[in-house]
Amino acid sequence: MTGLHADRVVRRAGDRTVVDGITLTLSPGETLGLLGPNGSGKSTLLRLLAGVLAPGAGVVRLDGRPLPEIGRRAAARRIATVEQHTDTRTELTVRDVVALGRLPHRRAWTPGTAADENAVTEALRRTGLTGRAGQSWHTLSGGERQRTQIARALAQEPRELLLDEPTNHLDIQHQLDLLDLVAGLPVTTVIALHDLNLAAMYCDRLLVLRDGRAVTEGTPAEVLTPALIERVYGVRSEVTHGPGHPVIRFLRPAPGAAPHRRGG
Amino acid sequence: MNVRSLLLTGGGLVALLVSIAVAVTIGSADISTGDVGASVAAHLGLGDSTLAPLRDGIVWNLRMPRTLLAAVCGAGLALCGAVMQSLLRNPLADPFVLGVSSGASTGAVAVAVLGVGGGAVSLSAGAFLGALLSFGLVLLLSHSLGTDTDRVVLSGVAALQLFSALTSFTVLTSADAETTRGVLFWLLGSLSGAEWGQVLLCAAVLTLVLAVCLGYARTLDAFAFGDEAAAGLGVRVARTRLVLLCATALLTAALVSCAGAIGFVGLVLPHATRALTGPGHARLLPVTALTGAVFLVWVDTLARTVLDPREVPVGVVTSLIGVPAFVAVLYRGRRRT
Repeated sequence: MTGLHADRVVRRAGDRTVVDGITLTLSPGETLGLLGPNGSGKSTLLRLLAGVLAPGAGVVRLDGRPLPEIGRRAAARRIATVEQHTDTRTELTVRDVVALGRLPHRRAWTPGTAADENAVTEALRRTGLTGRAGQSWHTLSGGERQRTQIARALAQEPRELLLDEPTNHLDIQHQLDLLDLVAGLPVTTVIALHDLNLAAMYCDRLLVLRDGRAVTEGTPAEVLTPALIERVYGVRSEVTHGPGHPVIRFLRPAPGAAPHRRGG
Repeated sequence: MNVRSLLLTGGGLVALLVSIAVAVTIGSADISTGDVGASVAAHLGLGDSTLAPLRDGIVWNLRMPRTLLAAVCGAGLALCGAVMQSLLRNPLADPFVLGVSSGASTGAVAVAVLGVGGGAVSLSAGAFLGALLSFGLVLLLSHSLGTDTDRVVLSGVAALQLFSALTSFTVLTSADAETTRGVLFWLLGSLSGAEWGQVLLCAAVLTLVLAVCLGYARTLDAFAFGDEAAAGLGVRVARTRLVLLCATALLTAALVSCAGAIGFVGLVLPHATRALTGPGHARLLPVTALTGAVFLVWVDTLARTVLDPREVPVGVVTSLIGVPAFVAVLYRGRRRT
């Protein structure tokens, strides 16, 4: 079996089960959207898939081998993660940050190779950051920081790319630019998203989580129905099946009506 | 290694050699750089010394080991500071944050004042054991609190307070004035008792720890965005932290047992060097070792000559110079805090 595969993974935090027995298989090259309200376990599932968190039960496999068996360095040559929020106190340039992506490919005590240089240059070009390579990380806008982190992830030359709400705090133009960039990459992508319309536009397949459990899974057209949205998010909506992908229009709660409660 | 790294490392190396050669000539006995060269050559078996035995003794037995110990201590402290600041993501981390220095002074006091070891244990050995004991306590404490970097720093501060209190208590209740003065050596730092054996020991530990840290140079770069980002880049975070904390603690313990707690070198020099080298550790670590060495060679020269014939403890001078330098570093970085 090739690619990344989670088998009934469980992760607890204190007495709460954050991820509760999720099974997930990724087809090579697809873009999978992770949906679900805050606290539904999207970020934790991504960290389990990346192997930076260990599951309390279940196993994450890469090409059929459990991640711990593969080792951190080898896993990082295959799987790259872009976190939701990143910051540093270190005075780094854009190129410095992108070059961090070469770490799993480099050996101790030896200088970088031409392949390292090329991967960094290529990642900068792909993300449109070539002109900003020498700029300080601290002077970048939120969108540029996200793009820099994506460039860093690309420099890792992964085959699996995991992104945690990469469009947070970006204006709509930057959201579309960024997702266009990600969807066009020749890698398997898992992307946690809040915006259902963006998910419908850019994802091949969606997995919807609630309270750490998988609620449903399928193409955007299959998954994004008013009933599902009401059940998971507790809001009313209308879904139009336009050409290509569904479009979701949210409705205001009826005046005087008690707010919908999730769960129960 | 690129041109800039070569220039910085080579320049630093030349500056260090020149500093050592010149610093040895400075002092109440009039000695020229030629005398220094002659004495060193003779002792390395490269020709006969034309120097009078007394002057040769001043160069070879007093000033040379002292200057070299200053260089090794400066290099080691700056290296430890640079590694710990990156590893703990804390700009205030320095070699003493792990409680090593306070443990060392307690160990020295236990030997000097309480007679622990019954005379079989030297003051240096007591300091070394105290340092490792204190570090072990910090590791244990921070481990039981979780592996969060701030916990390591907080555990270090706790150990610092505990061992400082133990030292003060022991000194105040049982030491005479003479012993108290000897103990001050560990608290303030001094290179006045430097011997060749200490130089060789510290240099050996420095070489080993520097090699380990250089092997982890790129890994340290990965900590810029935190533990989880480092893990995502293939770093085994807990293991890396343990290896590097133990390495820096060992080096610090060796340095402190020979020269006492010389403050501020480990805190300030890495910050100053970063402005020169940029953040990459492959370049930063060797260069900061060199700047630390040059810095302490000159500060110690100042410490032993400024109030000649009396001596100022070198730790006092590093702090007097270090505090304004530190304020300048903070001032430069103020826009981001």
